[in-house]
Amino acid sequence: MSFHIAFLLLSVSLIVPSPSAQDEVADSVAVSDSALVVAAPPTSVIASEHEYDDGEALDLSWVPSIDDQLVGGLVIAYRVYRSTNGGELEMIEELIPGANQFTSGELSSDSSYSYVVAAVTTSGEFASNATAPLSPETEWLNYEKKWLFLIGLLIAGAVMYFIETARKGKKLFVRKIAGLEAIDDAVGRATEMGRSILFIPGIQDMDDVQTLAGLTILGRIAGTIAEYDTKLFMPVSRSLVMTAARETIKASFQTAGRPDKYSDDMVSYVTDEQFGYVAHVDGIMVREKPATVFLLGAFFAESLILAETGNSIGAIQIAGTARPAQLPFFIAACDFTLIGEELFAASAYLSNEPRALGSLKGQDVGKALAMIVIVIGVLAATIASAWQVESMQSIVDTLNSVFSTN
Amino acid sequence: MRREIPLLITGIVGVVFVIQYFIPHWPFNRMNAWFSDWFSIVQACAIWLGALNLIKISIQKIAKKKKDWIYSVVILVFFLLITILGFAEGEEFREPGTGFTWLYEFVYTPLSSTMFAILAFFVASASYRAFRARNLEATLLLAAAFFVMLGRVPIGDVISGFMPQGAQLSNLATWIMTFPQTAGQRAIMIGIALGIVSTSLRIILGIERSHLGGGD
Repeated sequence: MSFHIAFLLLSVSLIVPSPSAQDEVADSVAVSDSALVVAAPPTSVIASEHEYDDGEALDLSWVPSIDDQLVGGLVIAYRVYRSTNGGELEMIEELIPGANQFTSGELSSDSSYSYVVAAVTTSGEFASNATAPLSPETEWLNYEKKWLFLIGLLIAGAVMYFIETARKGKKLFVRKIAGLEAIDDAVGRATEMGRSILFIPGIQDMDDVQTLAGLTILGRIAGTIAEYDTKLFMPVSRSLVMTAARETIKASFQTAGRPDKYSDDMVSYVTDEQFGYVAHVDGIMVREKPATVFLLGAFFAESLILAETGNSIGAIQIAGTARPAQLPFFIAACDFTLIGEELFAASAYLSNEPRALGSLKGQDVGKALAMIVIVIGVLAATIASAWQVESMQSIVDTLNSVFSTN
Repeated sequence: MRREIPLLITGIVGVVFVIQYFIPHWPFNRMNAWFSDWFSIVQACAIWLGALNLIKISIQKIAKKKKDWIYSVVILVFFLLITILGFAEGEEFREPGTGFTWLYEFVYTPLSSTMFAILAFFVASASYRAFRARNLEATLLLAAAFFVMLGRVPIGDVISGFMPQGAQLSNLATWIMTFPQTAGQRAIMIGIALGIVSTSLRIILGIERSHLGGGD
């Protein structure tokens, strides 16, 4: 009890001499209550510039009240008050006990702001001193992302360089990709068997680069399908993919000189719902028994359901996705699988167009860079760990900071 | 012009999207949200294209009495039923007790869960094929899968309890998942990231245009 009374006196002494800003908060303390729960206010409240923004935020940090304890603590919350251009305080946020920082957003660089943080107890609030007025500053560049920018520039530069080199006529070697070599055979097989081809572009929309990659491959194989006069089914789960796929197939049929063979019915919208779509596609597989199934795009839990159903009807299946979690399912259930980057390389590979092939070569520079960094990092981390070499640890830290995207 | 304009839009938007990632200043800091909003609006409008296409194909199937036309009747009935209920029940259509919610909870959700449950059987059949020890790689896969699966259940540690701590199956499973598995997955992810950079550049520069229709 004497301890609480001592704190009451201490708190009042902290509250009373504060400037007008925190007086408003301190007024709320119920001093007449005999069961008064008094707590020390938070200290060292500092408002600072929020880095790399458009002058819309300030960071606030403080040392929590000494009465903010996990066991037997008196503080039940913290309230953050803001004064704009020296005006009245207004509460902008209530935070849980233990909080020691807050980012105040929706600010303007034309105004100045000061803050008060109050520890809340069952009896009232115990406010800190007000921070000095501060205006947020606008910034043009996010220097936190400088390494990402430079690495991106290096890889993009390498891709552009090889595109240019290929354009000038230099022969480039691109390794054979079995899944793509098999496309013509797969389409031919469907033709010989008099059965259809089923193309599934994943379940994501046109804003997913995997869907885009799937459609670029569709553009290439639709030409072959037109030449062979094979039946194509393409049920989709997104309306935009439906319209884009129709345009792609139509243009490929025109290029192949078979525009009369194109029909809008080749591509049909089913539903956006994941398993509703799966039920429809599985139904098509079981009823129509397509000879060839392409699964190229972004897939989730439905990948194995689709691939296993395709496997059960004896279709030749060529799959590809950039989702590592789904790749094992495709590898287990499909005849050919385009693993990650191969999905993105497919269109360039199939077109055999020098500039597109050059872009694949540019990726190799990125891979070489990754390999070098991994080898250096592994060696440095091993030496630093085994022999406690500080210089090696600093190399590890530097690499971590350079390649960390967070 | 039919292809040049989309190529121009793609190129400009692609470059702007790259720039906005590095510039926190207005208007760049708002562009991501703007483009997302625009995409959502286009997407919302496009859903009608999809819905109309679904209705058209279903009606065609029924009219021509094509094979399995009865499924199209089911599609049409439920499509109209849930649409009418959604509109009729107004803003509270998602509240408990509404017809829309009843259909969602007691028709759609069980059907969806049933489809998802099929996955369990497919995992078994796919695993059977994948884990057949036909060659060295498949044998390694089989061994790794054996240790991981056994190490993830309590019996794994019971039968390997006599071994040193580090060699017990739960620790072995964790080691396989933390080191060889993560290393392999990261290699794939690095390849994917580079593939995305390369594909994006091809699209921005207009080298890749087959998604706009046809060849080059």
